[in-house]
Amino acid sequence: MTFLGGQTGQRVVGTRPIRPDGVDKVTGRAIYGADARLPNMLEGRIKRSPHPHARILRIDASRALALEGVKAVVTSDDFVDLPAQEVAAGDGSMDFRSLSLNLMARGKVLYEGHPVAAVAATTGQIAEEALDLIDVEYEALPHVIDIEAAMASGAPVLHDDLFTAGVTPRPEKPSNVAKRIVFAQGDVVAGFAEADVVAEGRYTTEPVHQGYIEPHACVASWNADGQSLIISSSQGAFMVRAYTAKLLGLEIADIRSVPAELGGGFGGKTTVYLEPVALALSRRAGRPVRLVMSREEVFRASGPTSGSVAEVKLGARRDGTIVAAELVFKLQAGAFPGSPVALSGMCALAMYDIPNVLITGYDVVSNRPKVAAYRAPGAPIGSFGTESTMDELARKLGMDPLELREKNGAREGTRTAYGVVHRDIGFLETVRAAKEHPHYRAPLGPNQGRGVAAGFWFNIGGESSAAVNINEDGTASVISPNPDVGGSRASLGMIAAEVLGLPAEKVRTVVGDTASVPYSDMTGGSRVTFSIGTCMVGAAEKVVEQLKQRAAMLWGISPDAVEWKDGAAVPAGPNAGGFEPLPLAEIAAKAGATGGPIGATYSTKVQGAGAGFGVHICDAEVDRETGQVRIVRYTAVQDVGRAIHPSYVEGQIQGGVAQGIGWALNEEYIYGPDGKLQNPGFLDYRVPVASDLPMIEAVMVEVPNPRAPFGLRGVGETPIVPPTPAIANAIRAAIGKRLCSLPMSPPKVVEALDGAGG
Amino acid sequence: MTPFRYLAPTSIGAAIDALKASGGTAKLLGGGTDLLMALRARRYAASVVVDTKRIPELSGVNVRADGSFRIGAATPCSVVAADPALSAAWPGVAESANLIGSVQVRNRATLAGNLCNASPAADSVPALIAAGAVAVVAGPGGERRLAVEQVTTGPGTTALAPDEMLVAFELPAPAPRSGSAYLRLTPRTEMDIAIVGCGIALTLAADGTIAAARMALGAVAPTALPVPEAAGVLVGRRLDDAALKALDAVARAACRPITDKRGTSAYRIRGAGVLARRAAILAASRAEAQP
Repeated sequence: MTFLGGQTGQRVVGTRPIRPDGVDKVTGRAIYGADARLPNMLEGRIKRSPHPHARILRIDASRALALEGVKAVVTSDDFVDLPAQEVAAGDGSMDFRSLSLNLMARGKVLYEGHPVAAVAATTGQIAEEALDLIDVEYEALPHVIDIEAAMASGAPVLHDDLFTAGVTPRPEKPSNVAKRIVFAQGDVVAGFAEADVVAEGRYTTEPVHQGYIEPHACVASWNADGQSLIISSSQGAFMVRAYTAKLLGLEIADIRSVPAELGGGFGGKTTVYLEPVALALSRRAGRPVRLVMSREEVFRASGPTSGSVAEVKLGARRDGTIVAAELVFKLQAGAFPGSPVALSGMCALAMYDIPNVLITGYDVVSNRPKVAAYRAPGAPIGSFGTESTMDELARKLGMDPLELREKNGAREGTRTAYGVVHRDIGFLETVRAAKEHPHYRAPLGPNQGRGVAAGFWFNIGGESSAAVNINEDGTASVISPNPDVGGSRASLGMIAAEVLGLPAEKVRTVVGDTASVPYSDMTGGSRVTFSIGTCMVGAAEKVVEQLKQRAAMLWGISPDAVEWKDGAAVPAGPNAGGFEPLPLAEIAAKAGATGGPIGATYSTKVQGAGAGFGVHICDAEVDRETGQVRIVRYTAVQDVGRAIHPSYVEGQIQGGVAQGIGWALNEEYIYGPDGKLQNPGFLDYRVPVASDLPMIEAVMVEVPNPRAPFGLRGVGETPIVPPTPAIANAIRAAIGKRLCSLPMSPPKVVEALDGAGG
Repeated sequence: MTPFRYLAPTSIGAAIDALKASGGTAKLLGGGTDLLMALRARRYAASVVVDTKRIPELSGVNVRADGSFRIGAATPCSVVAADPALSAAWPGVAESANLIGSVQVRNRATLAGNLCNASPAADSVPALIAAGAVAVVAGPGGERRLAVEQVTTGPGTTALAPDEMLVAFELPAPAPRSGSAYLRLTPRTEMDIAIVGCGIALTLAADGTIAAARMALGAVAPTALPVPEAAGVLVGRRLDDAALKALDAVARAACRPITDKRGTSAYRIRGAGVLARRAAILAASRAEAQP
């Protein structure tokens, strides 16, 4: 396979065709998970724990089963009692036992909202009534919500088989600290001894939810022959199939998983909550079952990302050279291990070339919903502390904050603390583009301040597939195995069109089900346009080879004497013969006479993802009487490698910033002393509304990744990494006080202004 | 949501009959933007839901010959907010109606629903109190009139009997050289619930001093809170720094807030003072702009 790394002059790549999913979405015709209907379908509901921590003494569903219209009730008895078994998944790893226990409690409930049973009935109303008739007897246990309280000795222990991994000797007693991780390079003690200036701080962040518009939803149908159909909205139909098979003890071939249109995921749909439950209900009832979460259930029982405590210490020489960094991260995992603490540690300093680094992290369980991936999992937590401290370091050094970042910026060959050596990265180009942007020198109004921050995300590859099929009229239908979260149908179709030499609108992309295309890892890690794009190039190139062979057959010459140019076969040179170009449509029309259908699939494990770096500039205005913060101007500069469809890339950058602004200013989970969530809805869990946001200017820097089609890089996750520190740094500049605790909501700003905080 | 009967009477009498017949288990539907949420969340149940939007007398904003207003109880907030005569006479009421929920919500939601839902944070209520609005209540024995501040008795409770319904608001004609305003404090710019709300109406004398003042605060007590002390510190004075400082102090002193997920008691008290000052300045500038 050959990549056109960094090459310009493409006909389709880099243009802005109309988005293929737009009309269906705005006209309400897109078929989301909750829209699926099957004959004789039942409605399911989930019975959830009212306690944050309790032992389940007894579950009696007999009264529910006696209710007219109730067709099935399931509990943990309907799921395989799996042993602990960690496997790779998306951006990190997951454990099937935790997954199973999270979607149906066994023995203990570990958070308010933890499922204990599910019911299917002929109507939703009957199913809801039935929930009240399922009798569950609990023995309430003491609970713990806050991270450091959960780490303290004497804290209520959630799992009596959880012994801290990563410490030697192995602890004698179980605790809520699931894991300790360390990344180290150089010698931090010697490094700090060399430092003339040290900046340090303690930073906290709250769990925040991905906030996708579409709640989790699925329809599952167990057939009499033991084969099953699942239609659901997720970030991976293959993931749904594999997880459901594992949790219910089925064979993968017996499940067909069909992806519905996805109403947002942001990482939160890289796991299952409903599909195995719906299928277990269907197995008992013998009828299809639909399960749809309410928004309240989404908040109480689906994953936010972790809350955190970070301690950050940076040391530099007088000239601004950073010589040492020491970081400690404590991340909430929710009720089961698996916070992205390692990713926080890895991403926190990946923008810089620092010789002496020590990063320690703790993965901590408490009585909250299990966390799930959220857009660059862990990275914003890492950046909030380090990039806020970088700002303080720049102040102490009397240095421009972007110059400090440029001086210490990672470049070709920089070795990160986690051992990877950067290759073909565009961080310095991104910093320079930010420095040169007019925004960086624009005047500020009263009560306004400007902050900058940088961010990093790996981007990933992984097991991937794609299919390209030429239709008899000369159009192409291409299949992506990956649900489209950020415009991949557009970018993948454009990539195929570029290779085939067709206009973008002659190529239509569909997201295939698990029976229509070979396996692919789920959508996550900003991998799809890169990884599936790589396979799309591979499949399209195979198709081009076939097209050339068919042309050679029609012309009666050797296939080696045919070239593919601008969507047509042409003779390779004068010796090949004097044939007119043979367009794809003509070859397609004659496919029946030249050997049959033309199409190809391509599967591989894709490697060589190009890292994504962003540098953001934020102007914030603070109302000194009310503590309200308004973001008045925002510029996000990012190395995107090559923007396949620039409008989508800009949209990804703007969306990441919008979520970052919410994380920075208002989003938080509010728990009462009873361990119950008080704000499970969008009224009191405040994501920004349109009027809270300025126009977010996305500036695309294109430093090509030579290992990717057209030099592209994943773009979706990097933009959520810099906003929280960029905003904190802007507030610091506006009011002279540093806020170290997210969200920087009005009461906290007022407290800082009054001198109690800051 | 538990099942209920839906009725859409076309007269006040028929609606009252339905309320009576239900024996106190009916709920009145204005826009339904609070009611349906509560029924879905099973915060309460209803055997009958009585829709008020089909009753002709309950719809519309009418200005009378003397310059006073009658706003039908089932008039959507978007109609209230867009009414040019009301916006000119009582801008505080119009802007409060324009802050409730989203455009879609305002196309359904009503002032009567906002009041009778009896949330301490209801946006339109402080503005209506500042305007001296009266609620017209119909029941089996005929109509009675209550000052708006007398309608709610606590969070979620009202002074209306189970067989009574609010049918209209009456607002007086504003005195010459009057202006009003409603401001609220929310973390978000839109789609939010007031942490503090402040409605104020001022009338200026010929010499530029304040001749009359009415102020009410929202979300700082179990019900919307009239602050009669505002008149005490403003009337007879110009709206100078000293007057504003005094207004800030009486607003703070009146507050009896709780600390909850939406805000601390201290933050609400601080915000009440700030909003009182800012609303007063806005209302005075509107009064000065009057001929």
